[in-house]
Amino acid sequence: MGDTFPRIEPLGEAALLVRFTDRLDDGANRACTAFRAALEADMPEGVIEVASALGSVLVRHDGRDLRDALARRLTGVDWAAVAPASRKLWRIPCSYGGADGPQLAEVAEMAGLSEAAAIDVLSNTQVRVLALGFVPGMPYLGILPDNWELPRQTNLTPKVPEGALVVAVRQLVLFGTEAATGWRQLGRTAFGCFRPTRAHPIALSAGDEVVFPAVTPAALRDGAAKDPESHGGATWSELT
Amino acid sequence: MSPALEVLSCGPLITVQDGGRPGWLGQGLALGGAADLHALDEAAALLGGAGAAIELPGVPLRLRCHGVVRLAFTGAQMRAEMDGRELDWHAAHTLPDGAILDIRPTGQGVYAYVTPADGLATEPLMGSRAAHLIAGIGAALAPGDLLRHGGSTAAAARRLDPVPDRFSGGILRLLPTPQTRLFSDVERERFVATAFTRDPRGNRQGVRLAMDGPGFATERQLNLLSDFVLPGDVQMTGDGVPYILGPECQTTGGYPRIGTVIAADLPRALQAPPGARLRFRFVTLDAARAATPSPPATRPLLRRPDAKDLLNQQLIGGVVSAKEE
Repeated sequence: MGDTFPRIEPLGEAALLVRFTDRLDDGANRACTAFRAALEADMPEGVIEVASALGSVLVRHDGRDLRDALARRLTGVDWAAVAPASRKLWRIPCSYGGADGPQLAEVAEMAGLSEAAAIDVLSNTQVRVLALGFVPGMPYLGILPDNWELPRQTNLTPKVPEGALVVAVRQLVLFGTEAATGWRQLGRTAFGCFRPTRAHPIALSAGDEVVFPAVTPAALRDGAAKDPESHGGATWSELT
Repeated sequence: MSPALEVLSCGPLITVQDGGRPGWLGQGLALGGAADLHALDEAAALLGGAGAAIELPGVPLRLRCHGVVRLAFTGAQMRAEMDGRELDWHAAHTLPDGAILDIRPTGQGVYAYVTPADGLATEPLMGSRAAHLIAGIGAALAPGDLLRHGGSTAAAARRLDPVPDRFSGGILRLLPTPQTRLFSDVERERFVATAFTRDPRGNRQGVRLAMDGPGFATERQLNLLSDFVLPGDVQMTGDGVPYILGPECQTTGGYPRIGTVIAADLPRALQAPPGARLRFRFVTLDAARAATPSPPATRPLLRRPDAKDLLNQQLIGGVVSAKEE
């Protein structure tokens, strides 16, 4: 098997994986989102479900051989340059530092910034949902500039709360559940990634854009209390 | 009262399951659904229609029937008693209004299924009735729960023929994954030559295997980009111990997968009780497709010398009487 991309590989009997990269790469991730969207807009016969991750697109099918059909759909398009047809821009309020972001100072120093500068960068940087996973609706966001290439901690933080905004390897993660993690906690949101009974149980989709504007701890909690959708006071608009 | 099964008492982690909840993989929610999909097919064959079932992970359950109900008992072998009289497993029976059903594990297999005709009519959520406890969807059954169903008309008891045999481990056929080649030929050969046992640690997320000898390692230390994983994938954790992933596995992961158990054998993998022996054998994609099991066959449940009283009732009314003769 060569190292050329994209390549199509079977994953069990009833799925194919279209892989655009084997390392984190912005263009390849954009290609995943765009190719997934193109398939969803015009599903090849026999396809049950398509999904995109950091570097690949999963095509679940009914057992027939779809390799040629997918190869035909792949060729002749620069998928990294295709803008998704429909995506949202989310503004998710975040309380940075203090008890809500106990590792902000450490992270800022590692990134070569003052705490205030780090908050300013994080509040104003628009990041993209690269993939969702670990728990339902939990986004991996990025890709942050080079100075955010921070390794994961070798000693796990025993517990970050649901809504924690954490950072490592030029990505942000907004935790969808309370969990132990090697990622460092910068801040806290009140964003509910997954609420099964909500009209849209999972708020975010791969390809959505997100900014995390800074708010005070009190404003975060006040906004969350008033949000019937459990989006923690977040707002969104369609990007076209 | 509309037809229902009332939970009188139950062991932990009994849930309602169906074929699962497709369409959410890209948003981080696995398909879920019954751990043993063959058992749902068997229930459908016995009852003449498919639907949501009660899944028991090797724990007891006591139910009261409100309204006449035809029930299929499939999956892991359990001991079923109605008002003190044993009912055959791998079979469907008609139970009268008011019947009390006791189900207890026997240690053969893990996941047992109790399915009413046309399935349970519990409230669907996100397109499925399946509980997905790890994701926070649904809840384990608790005493007092009423599980509604559509009601049944009485029919003669039927049983599966042949009786399935996938509840004590055995050989699991594997397909290569995109990461299989990260393991050396020597490691792959050692893997298929190894006799594993099903570790006590296991749930609907995955099952840990135990073996003698060192863990299985890839040729170099890997930092794999997190990618899709599916039920049946045999994942090597950091210490090289294999896990077979189940219906509630995460949707993506960064551990290498040496292979993926074919769909025909995944029920056998997840039904292996703790201590059962498991081995692996690589097959081709064509062989995996050819291994799709034929639809389950059933036949009338015939007289057993030790079940005369039960049989008389079944032949007369199609309903097993809950009362003494």
